[in-house]
Amino acid sequence: MSEQPQINQHQYEYILDCQNVSKSFGGTRALIDVDFRVKKGQVHALLGENGAGKSTLMKIIIGLYKADKGTILFEGKPYSVKGPAEATKWGVSMIHQELNPEPYLSIAESIFLKREDTIKRTPFLNKKETNRKAAELLEHFNFTISPTTLMEELTLAQMQLIEIIKAVSANARLVIMDEPTSSLDSEETERLFRTIRNLKEQGVTIIYISHRMEEIFQICDSYSVFRDGRFIGTGDLAAVTQKDLISLMVGRVVENVFPKTDCEIGEIAFQVEGLTGKGFTDISFEVRHGEILGLSGLVGSGRSETMRGIFGMDPLTSGKIYLEGQEIQIKNPKDAINKGIAMINEDRKNYGLCLYRSLRENISLPNLRKKFKKLLIDQRREKKEVGSHAEKLRVKAASIEADAFSLSGGNQQKVVLAKWLMSDPKVLIMDEPTRGVDVGAKAEIHTLMCEFAAEGMAIIMISSELPEIMGMSDRILIYHEGRINGEFLREQILDGSVTQETILAKEFGAKDEVVENVR
Amino acid sequence: MSDKNGKNILGMNQNDFNMFTRRYGIVFIMIAMFVLLSVTSPNFLKLNNITNVFSTVALNGVLAMGMVFVITAGGIDLSIGSMLALASTTIGITLKYNGNILMASLVSIIICAIFGLLNGLLIAKFNMFPFVVTLASQLVIRGLGYVISGGYSFALANPSFSRIGLGKIGIIPYPILILLSVTIIAYILLHWTKFGRYVYAVGGNINAATASGVDVFWTRVGTFVISGICAGIAGIIMTARINAAQPNIGVGYETDAIAACVIGGTSFAGGISTIPGTLVGIIIIGLIYNGMNLLGISSYWQMISKGLLIIGAVMIDTLINKRR
Repeated sequence: MSEQPQINQHQYEYILDCQNVSKSFGGTRALIDVDFRVKKGQVHALLGENGAGKSTLMKIIIGLYKADKGTILFEGKPYSVKGPAEATKWGVSMIHQELNPEPYLSIAESIFLKREDTIKRTPFLNKKETNRKAAELLEHFNFTISPTTLMEELTLAQMQLIEIIKAVSANARLVIMDEPTSSLDSEETERLFRTIRNLKEQGVTIIYISHRMEEIFQICDSYSVFRDGRFIGTGDLAAVTQKDLISLMVGRVVENVFPKTDCEIGEIAFQVEGLTGKGFTDISFEVRHGEILGLSGLVGSGRSETMRGIFGMDPLTSGKIYLEGQEIQIKNPKDAINKGIAMINEDRKNYGLCLYRSLRENISLPNLRKKFKKLLIDQRREKKEVGSHAEKLRVKAASIEADAFSLSGGNQQKVVLAKWLMSDPKVLIMDEPTRGVDVGAKAEIHTLMCEFAAEGMAIIMISSELPEIMGMSDRILIYHEGRINGEFLREQILDGSVTQETILAKEFGAKDEVVENVR
Repeated sequence: MSDKNGKNILGMNQNDFNMFTRRYGIVFIMIAMFVLLSVTSPNFLKLNNITNVFSTVALNGVLAMGMVFVITAGGIDLSIGSMLALASTTIGITLKYNGNILMASLVSIIICAIFGLLNGLLIAKFNMFPFVVTLASQLVIRGLGYVISGGYSFALANPSFSRIGLGKIGIIPYPILILLSVTIIAYILLHWTKFGRYVYAVGGNINAATASGVDVFWTRVGTFVISGICAGIAGIIMTARINAAQPNIGVGYETDAIAACVIGGTSFAGGISTIPGTLVGIIIIGLIYNGMNLLGISSYWQMISKGLLIIGAVMIDTLINKRR
């Protein structure tokens, strides 16, 4: 990485060329003399654990942060922008992981926001023209929908597609995608990949940030790896294996991707019968002590909805819940927690943490009622207990008094884990436990899950990542349109009689005979 | 737990320094104002003036101690000014028919607490905006004050009641002692109890609070009840100071209470505040009023500067949040 080509021609091969870029926040050095280059017309994977500096560099490129030092060339020209609007003018757009659309704008209005057509020499909007142009773009991307549809009616995947269309229609030549598949199911992901290939054919360069290795090998041409704010390496994906990349990222060799251990499976800990609510019908299953039950299915198939119902977040219309053989009533999360049920929500930012409060307050929040019976909180004991849980889960933070906001995604997730672990749950529901979490922290969380199971906890895990479901579960239930459409055991996966294809077929609603054929 | 290297400022690394200025910056402003006023106005440091400053501060202070709970939980209470008036007329009437000072005080506090409860129930049960609910309820409350007093103000039947407002222990006036007690109770409640934690959680992220088993409903209602109780206490102080029951007092007092909270570092987004910060905010406002009086600046300009001060404080709050 020390070689620095000085010849202009050579640089033109690269659409983006960052040299010696550094950035610090307070005392933390987020980027240290980073060189990062992307060849024109490629899909370039940007890899690294959370906190490696990927997002910081991308935010510098779209002008949300200003680099402390270093130069950036875009298509050979010195590039420096003060915000996303200016970046768009240069031809650089970013599709953020979390989309923030204007819900009451139509698709057409949304695509042409701030570049509206007006009727000649008047300030009045020319809606007809806007809609016509939007319809053309939608057709080009094989998206059959009326341009007057409101954004709020779209699914996440559709909103994302609109964002991409918006970028392309603004003549973007470099599109940065930050974890674009994190909220998509497998069908939607496939569709996104078709769109990406489409963009590539049009000569658009893409920087693709993802923690999902399978996807990277499927869609990307080349890669760059960051670790601890430094540039580690770059190359063509054809020349490396998944294992190579992971060891580059974590700086060590990660042997087994899933550390699932077989532990003793005991009595039935938790059971539901005929649960029905909004988005799910007649759901019955049981989990035993020491068992990890995986719930797989497309996004919106009713997995999360069922768990929210069990945890008292949404009302159930019918059905019974048993804990260790006793029927229990859960009206709200408070009841669930009192009974010994804990739930890690898929949406960490909205349901997991109070970002501007300290780790200590976040971790002890659900445990105050049970553990601190006196009127005044025993702060010394609180610090000790919170500290020991944070340490057990290896949360990396300045101290337990630091704001949750200051942590990386993986560490935030560990804080959420710590807060529920402190409540000594009998049943732990984990909805997408490793979403937006880097490879290293992911492995740690998986290891912890096995430890919890070994201690006799019953774990229900929802995941949209098939490898995680297959690698971590003792038993897998497949959801399809609000109902359970199949059940597989770990043995079937280990002996190869159940594959990703089998599970996918079930997720798409296949009956057993069809599944046989797929096999 | 890792150590981060950074620039050293005054022997602290940068992160600690930022945290320090965020937490204590406002204290330095208060001290600077103290020094400035002592130098520019010879009358400022006289005992008489200082006790005067703090007695005025006491009334706003008690209101602000209630307000800080509401704002921290993500709400706002515009009805406390009207509650002062209702408390005042309630005291007048109770004293007239009963004559017991303790009874009169308790009744006025309870009535204000009930209206706080109603505010809270409407807001938490029907998920209405606190701004709108309390904007409307202040009319109801003040109207009731006029109804029960027949629209007149009248001198108190029990003259010894006024000792609450004017009496002293040693050189310390009662209102200051009341403010100190309220502040200590508020500190313990917000910083040391489970309820306080829940207030921060509800204001910080209401969804996460629900998902963590916090009783969001009663926490929100509780903050409005506290605000009502504080308004009742402030109403007693005010009635005692003017020695009359008046249905037209307390107009605009919510503004001062909100200003004190915001200057003291309370975030309007909810979830961030401290009791010591709020106390400092109250004192700063008191110093501004007193300083302007001493310097002979008209009350019209005081009003303008108060408005500008709130805008400035909110701007600083927004900038700090943006930086994070």
